[in-house]
Amino acid sequence: MAGRTLYDKIWESHAVGILPTGQTQLFIGLHLIHEITTAPAFDMLREKGMDVAFPERTFATVDHIVPTDVRTRPFMDAEAEELTQALEKNVKQFGVEFFGIDSANQGIVHVIGPQLGLTQPGMTLACGDSHTSTHGAFGTLAFGIGTSQVRDVLATQTLAMDKLKVRRINVDGTLGTGVYAKDVILSIIRRLGVSGGKGFAYEYGGSVIDKMNMEERMTVCNMSIEGGALVGYVNPDGTTFEYLKGRPHVPTGAAFDRAISYWKSVASDADAKYDDVVKLIGKDIEPTVTWGINPGQAVGITEMLPKPAEYSDPAGATKAYEHMGWQPGAPILGTPINVAFIGSCTNGRLADLRAAAKVAKGRKVQSGIRALVVPGSAEVKKLAEREGLHEVFKEAGFEWREAGCSMCLAMNPDKLNGNEVSASSSNRNFIGRQGSPQGRTLLMSPAMVAAAALNGKVVDVREYQ
Amino acid sequence: MSEIVKITNVTGTAVTIRGNDIDTDRIIPARYLKEVTFARMGEYPFFDERFDGAGNLKPHPLNDPKYKGASLLFVNKNFGCGSSREHAPQALYRYGLNAIVGESFAAIFAGNCTIMGVPAVTVSAGDIEQLMQTVEKDPKTSFNLDIEAKTISFGEQKIAIDLPETYRSALTSGSWDSTALLRANLEQVKKTATKLPYMSNFPG
Repeated sequence: MAGRTLYDKIWESHAVGILPTGQTQLFIGLHLIHEITTAPAFDMLREKGMDVAFPERTFATVDHIVPTDVRTRPFMDAEAEELTQALEKNVKQFGVEFFGIDSANQGIVHVIGPQLGLTQPGMTLACGDSHTSTHGAFGTLAFGIGTSQVRDVLATQTLAMDKLKVRRINVDGTLGTGVYAKDVILSIIRRLGVSGGKGFAYEYGGSVIDKMNMEERMTVCNMSIEGGALVGYVNPDGTTFEYLKGRPHVPTGAAFDRAISYWKSVASDADAKYDDVVKLIGKDIEPTVTWGINPGQAVGITEMLPKPAEYSDPAGATKAYEHMGWQPGAPILGTPINVAFIGSCTNGRLADLRAAAKVAKGRKVQSGIRALVVPGSAEVKKLAEREGLHEVFKEAGFEWREAGCSMCLAMNPDKLNGNEVSASSSNRNFIGRQGSPQGRTLLMSPAMVAAAALNGKVVDVREYQ
Repeated sequence: MSEIVKITNVTGTAVTIRGNDIDTDRIIPARYLKEVTFARMGEYPFFDERFDGAGNLKPHPLNDPKYKGASLLFVNKNFGCGSSREHAPQALYRYGLNAIVGESFAAIFAGNCTIMGVPAVTVSAGDIEQLMQTVEKDPKTSFNLDIEAKTISFGEQKIAIDLPETYRSALTSGSWDSTALLRANLEQVKKTATKLPYMSNFPG
């Protein structure tokens, strides 16, 4: 019998049974919630007269709409205040642990889960947010869900699910200097397309992934959904266990040793059978920048913008050019920017801030450029400040903010104006994503964003190494 | 408990929104996710594509009077990609669209539609082009989407549609609102939980 993948193993151990519809009832080990996608779910529970089945397996925070500058209550945005109050009321009524705006544990759900050791290998994890695949970095079967599914997890700690196929993505060799995890995942999406992952879980491996630290692996897994894959994961290894050791929700002593043997047991077998295998070579990956209106429309920093005919969907590429205002054949290098945003669940962790600070240190943001650094969590902010990163950023002319999702999706006051161009370390360059219907987003690594901020235009960060 | 509603057919006229990779940020801009309920989502589908900054109408199929009252939406590839926001299918449904026919759908979006009782079904590229042209030529054309028989018909024509068998079963049996189905197995759920080592701090 062929070996099993991590996906197979976790699926089987969490399957409660087969439903009359043919779907599998899957147990959800950890449920994370935030203010945006949950209020109607709690209303539905009340309507159905149901309680939360496993309240100790759900954790809540506020991240999407929180202001990152003035945090005094009530928030200046009355809608944000109302939605926050709804969550505060719901977690209290249903007995869910909550990391509120003043908590030392507040932050983006996908940053605080790992940081607290809540996210662990061999677990299923769901959250009403498509970037839940981030947690797959730990060998966790993690995926985003909608609000009605949040209701189901609250009411039953399970979901009705269909099993996915598994595609192994090997990134072999080594990455060049100035090339980051963000460039790896943008290259994968560019290669396989924004819907290429439909029906698949992505298992990332190969020497480049093996060598990555946990924060880098999280960046890769985070954007699986941008490639159409609901789930992305990396098999747990020594790097994973080392990261988890000593975190608040991770077992200690003999239980930690037993946990490690369980975690090791869920990794894909050496002879695991995959539905598809794809290979990328690390040294071929350049600092990568998106030019269009989906994350698959990306180029290496030394490349010219492609002709629409080079895409399988030329009409889509033409629409992207209409929105962005660039010309095919022009270089991406030198594209002027107005705003620089460093943060988000993709790239708002300590390693990301360090990489950006290394570029910014002793230099100045180009005059006229609005540059923001928004740590992914209150803890990331604290650790960064302990290292003096905030001083590096502030001296360079970046604003240093409180934790939240901020300009990744602009549900708080951090927004683009008009057709501003943003160099952004976030995950989506969709039309209107950063708060202005005419706004334009160039996705890139945090170090590339810092370099763009210093120059007022897209540059090659390798010049700073 | 909510009553069981079997979704077997959706009939009516259709509206076409062309283009691949239409993401949920376009279907509903994030600022409308600040509302505490889904109640008003029907006012917002494709808001920034339908209205300019001053609130004036822009050319868009959902603004075109000839498609008013449509109950089916025809789309192209990878519709509903991006954010998991259920607000997107809620906006389309509350606007009056009870089924979506397209070349393909993003995974979370299709799941959200199904759990709401909104069929999201696929047809081939050639067939969607025929369906779209039919609507654009004669917006009064009435379609019958038959989930049981897996067809969409209009006039004398009948086209095969596809959807995952589990979704078809959930819709036609009336168990698309899955909570009751899942909740019935709560004892078994607890048994499964007991077997997972992390649920009891990795017992020796």
